[in-house]
Amino acid sequence: MSRVETRNPDRDAPGRVIKVDALARVEGEGALYVRVRDDLIEDVKFRIFEPPRFFEALLRGRPYSDAPDITARICGICPIAYMLGASRAMEDALGVVLDAPLEDLRQLIYCGEWIESHVLHAAMLHAPDFLGMPDAFAFAKANPDAVKAALRLKKLGNTILEAVGGRAVHPVNLAVGGFYRAPKKHELQALLPEIEFGIEASATLAKAFAGFDFPDFDYDYTCVSMRSDKAYAIEEGRLVSNRGLDIPVAAFPDHFFEEHVAHSNALHGRMRDGSPYLVGPIARYNNNAGQLSPAARDLAREIGLGATVTNPFKSILVRMVETFHACEESLRIVAGYEEPERARMPIEPRAGKGSGVTEAPRGICWHSYELDDEGRIVGATIVPPTSQNQPQIEADLACVIARNLDLDDEALKWRCEQTIRNYDPCISCATHFLDLTVDRV
Amino acid sequence: MAARKPKLAVWKFSSCDGCQLNLLDCEDELLAIADSIEIAEFLEATRAQVRGPYDVSLVEGSISNDHDAERLRKIRKQSKLVIAIGACATGGGIQALRNGRDVDEFVRTVYAHPEFIDTLATSTPITDHIPVDFELRGCPVSKYQLLEVVSALLAGRQPRVPRHSECLECKMRGTVCVMVARGQPCLGPVTQAGCGNLCPSVERGCYGCFGPKESPNTASLADRFLATGSQRRRVREMFQSFNAAAPAFAKEAERHEPR
Repeated sequence: MSRVETRNPDRDAPGRVIKVDALARVEGEGALYVRVRDDLIEDVKFRIFEPPRFFEALLRGRPYSDAPDITARICGICPIAYMLGASRAMEDALGVVLDAPLEDLRQLIYCGEWIESHVLHAAMLHAPDFLGMPDAFAFAKANPDAVKAALRLKKLGNTILEAVGGRAVHPVNLAVGGFYRAPKKHELQALLPEIEFGIEASATLAKAFAGFDFPDFDYDYTCVSMRSDKAYAIEEGRLVSNRGLDIPVAAFPDHFFEEHVAHSNALHGRMRDGSPYLVGPIARYNNNAGQLSPAARDLAREIGLGATVTNPFKSILVRMVETFHACEESLRIVAGYEEPERARMPIEPRAGKGSGVTEAPRGICWHSYELDDEGRIVGATIVPPTSQNQPQIEADLACVIARNLDLDDEALKWRCEQTIRNYDPCISCATHFLDLTVDRV
Repeated sequence: MAARKPKLAVWKFSSCDGCQLNLLDCEDELLAIADSIEIAEFLEATRAQVRGPYDVSLVEGSISNDHDAERLRKIRKQSKLVIAIGACATGGGIQALRNGRDVDEFVRTVYAHPEFIDTLATSTPITDHIPVDFELRGCPVSKYQLLEVVSALLAGRQPRVPRHSECLECKMRGTVCVMVARGQPCLGPVTQAGCGNLCPSVERGCYGCFGPKESPNTASLADRFLATGSQRRRVREMFQSFNAAAPAFAKEAERHEPR
């Protein structure tokens, strides 16, 4: 059943048309339109038709301290990315630096989000594509042990989110400057046995997924991610690319911009020269693999990942390596955890501008705010990962379709869906949307 | 012959996906659920789609354009039971903060090409558009309440979902009152229970994500906030969050609008 009318003025144009009216196994509402004429691709559009929610407008006038809870509601799958991106930006504006133990707690809750989000996507949403199955329920019938292990691993991510944040979707314990209440030592210690399980299970699943048949496709991506001197960057660092870019967080708008195109409800992120770029697991891996834990590097080698990954279908493997890394990182933080002296840094509201970025599961998520002298928000800009990836998704689609024109329509449609799902697109996030009506072909 | 499995559909409108994610977050129960019901439509989880009619439709999100309003009416026609899940579906969601404000200006603020935008001036709950069989509160909903409501309605019994206040939850659990002990404003007295007593447990006032309880005395609570030092503007903002279009909260917020 079609859930959206594809308003296509070229409906009567001859040629082969592939439409996916409601893209499944993604977070949010998206669709795809492709037109091919005489074996030439005339048009590829990955559309996002989430209605606009105007977060940047409705934040204006609210106190700085409201931003984490409000922006969390951009996405139920990766609320930490918004809560911590907003917090970082506010702390930048207000001149606040967190105590080291609070940074560790933030890294821990972010690991929980990576585990929950990556395993949801890899095992429940993406793996069925490689198995020719409609969903994880069919996967569970064929291989109950793998799906049960994946669900238990995903639950570990949620348990970490609950232990540090109070609940898994839209945690309540995160604040600008730290936390409302620091977790008790015994509350975190209780996570240890399940984290041990997670390390083992993520490696097992990674090896199982490595046996999939990966479509033959490579792309020379411009990979953009954070980089930190201390660790495989998740919630602290500057911005780098594999083409030599190395900039402070605040310089993001000097190098990237968002374009308002007619065919999608998400803005499209591009480099200043107009070219697409890649954010997310493959970009992080290609830029920072040397900083993964030694065991995570061994795992990557064992499942056939080289120093860099250029086949986007292998993003599922990179997600599992990152999941393994996040489990190891959680073990390190929990094992060394002592209750901090204070849960939250003191803050004096003042006027200022600040920017912050973190590595959401799907890639960098950039925030920028301007505050008045009471600490109320005067202006807000949020650049989520899926809108940055959208031009690259369309570029991948054009290449994948060009090499798979021999497939019948149903098979080609599925391959296109799979190509989009490589990105784990979070359409709810990519939300500066419009409901599209204009086809500019 | 085995009984026919009930058909479940999950529909999304303007939302963050977090409420339907709670269904996938039932890690311990998910495979059993999939065995006992037919998942006929759940785009976040499956590309398989089965035609209606449906025994149960879970509806997430608020209505913010005409196309969605029409889609919702079609879903009602095809569904025996409709359950509105979450603060967007039951209280308009955070996006309802646009209601009563200059939405054209919002569009111009966020978008380079306002002419591409198709949006209503309001974000409204599901019940403003169709009758629903149950409203499950929360931003996000509790997965335990979600399981309870679906199983109860399928079994033909009334769901056991408490209607008392979050304030009472603190008393039952022995959580120290953040208003009395710390002087922090807390929406617990006027908010429906169900989250699991989260905010007061982390020493923070309730921010009302489960929406107004039955017959809440919001005016009395707001006056208490004012008497204990909260600015009027802040009192208004406290009622203008994730359930901004829920009538009791909208009315209280309006009482504190600048004159």
